[in-house]
Amino acid sequence: MFRQGNKLSTSISRLSTLASRAAGVRAKSTLPSLPYDFGALEPVVNSEIMTLHHGKHHATYVNNLNAALEKMSDAMAKQDYATMIALQGAIQFNGGGHLNHSIFWQNLCPVKDVVAPSEANPELAKAIEGQWGSLDNFKTEFNTKTAAIQGSGWGWLGYNKQSKKLEIATCANQDPLVMKGLVPLLGIDVWEHAYYLQYKNARPEYLKQIWQVVNWKDVAARYEAAKKA
Amino acid sequence: MMAAAKMKVLFVCVCFLAQSLAQNLELPRLPYEYDGLEPHVDEETMRVHHLGHHAAYLATVNNVLSMLRSNETTKPLAKMGIDKLLQNLDQVPTEHVTPLRNGGGGFVNHFLFWKCMSPNGTRFEMDDVFGKAVTAQFGSIQALLQEFREKATKLFGSGWTWLVLEHSTKRLYITTTPNQDTPAMQVGHIPILGLDLWEHAYYLKHQNKRAEYISSFFNVIDWKATAARYEEALKQPKTEL
Repeated sequence: MFRQGNKLSTSISRLSTLASRAAGVRAKSTLPSLPYDFGALEPVVNSEIMTLHHGKHHATYVNNLNAALEKMSDAMAKQDYATMIALQGAIQFNGGGHLNHSIFWQNLCPVKDVVAPSEANPELAKAIEGQWGSLDNFKTEFNTKTAAIQGSGWGWLGYNKQSKKLEIATCANQDPLVMKGLVPLLGIDVWEHAYYLQYKNARPEYLKQIWQVVNWKDVAARYEAAKKA
Repeated sequence: MMAAAKMKVLFVCVCFLAQSLAQNLELPRLPYEYDGLEPHVDEETMRVHHLGHHAAYLATVNNVLSMLRSNETTKPLAKMGIDKLLQNLDQVPTEHVTPLRNGGGGFVNHFLFWKCMSPNGTRFEMDDVFGKAVTAQFGSIQALLQEFREKATKLFGSGWTWLVLEHSTKRLYITTTPNQDTPAMQVGHIPILGLDLWEHAYYLKHQNKRAEYISSFFNVIDWKATAARYEEALKQPKTEL
């Protein structure tokens, strides 16, 4: 009687391990394609930077994220909390890197495809003017705050769902904007890899030029979605 | 009498000027030519790194020091010297903390960094005081470099990797710090060797290939200077400046 009970409980625990392992298996993250050629953002961001930024940096975040998630899956199946906690840094870095860059490529477009915010979405343009007085004032404040980021990070235009207002925010490293409780609308990468080959230490110059390739249509689409959500 | 008084005024003015100029930190010269670390570290990087980045940190920290000096309450802070200030950031008014931490840290870190390197490096000596400590505490110089490389590789974002001496225990350890923080922010912790892992330190030559940059650095480490720095640090818990 006792031995049969043991066999049963072993089978049950084996089944539940398999089940939780199956539940933990996730589809792998993949590197999204650029919506344009590597040279499409010239002369603002050159082809060499785009090739490396997308093909090396973003690709590495995706690979490392997948590796970390696989380990997390195993740890979850084993209920190994210590490992789960130890993996959180890697998931934050690489998951954040993947999220941020996926938005970034969409936030930019070739110079010839750029339209003003007022043309992309009059409501967005009005909201910017209402908040900062003018588009130029907004860009000035955005650039000042983003240039001042210590080390690596991102400058963001975000949407605050509680206040229903637009906000400028900065994040360190690859921390996603959701950590500040905002919906990301427009992000500008100021890790040195985003501009160094072309602008070297002149981060303010990069920030001055990048506005020439901001895709306000994409920013507006995100704004509309954020307002509805 | 008038002439004497005028001379006195002039003398005081000159002293005042000399003092305020002396109170400004200066950009140290590199111990070698800009192309001196080729082919391991490229000339262009050395130029931008020294004249662009290090100079910018210098301007930032001198600006903060000047502001601290101009206010009677904060004047004593300015007199502390940059090393001590970095150990006492909690005493600094909030608006000055970030520029001091980043500008001051950036200034001292690069001040040390240039001295960690020399054309083609110099030999590590197993038999000197430093060499014996490395063997005793890490097993070998190879083991030290392996750990150094691992930590340098794992660091996320901008920062530095360091070999540090903790003065009271005489313990050597390897650590990383974010942005321009320095181990010297803790009293008694003296950086002996440092590697800049901000992307600006390697992007022009190596792009995203940090591993290659670490290898290049290993080829130019001035072990002689590092050993001397270690021996000096053993004597007194003081940093570079």
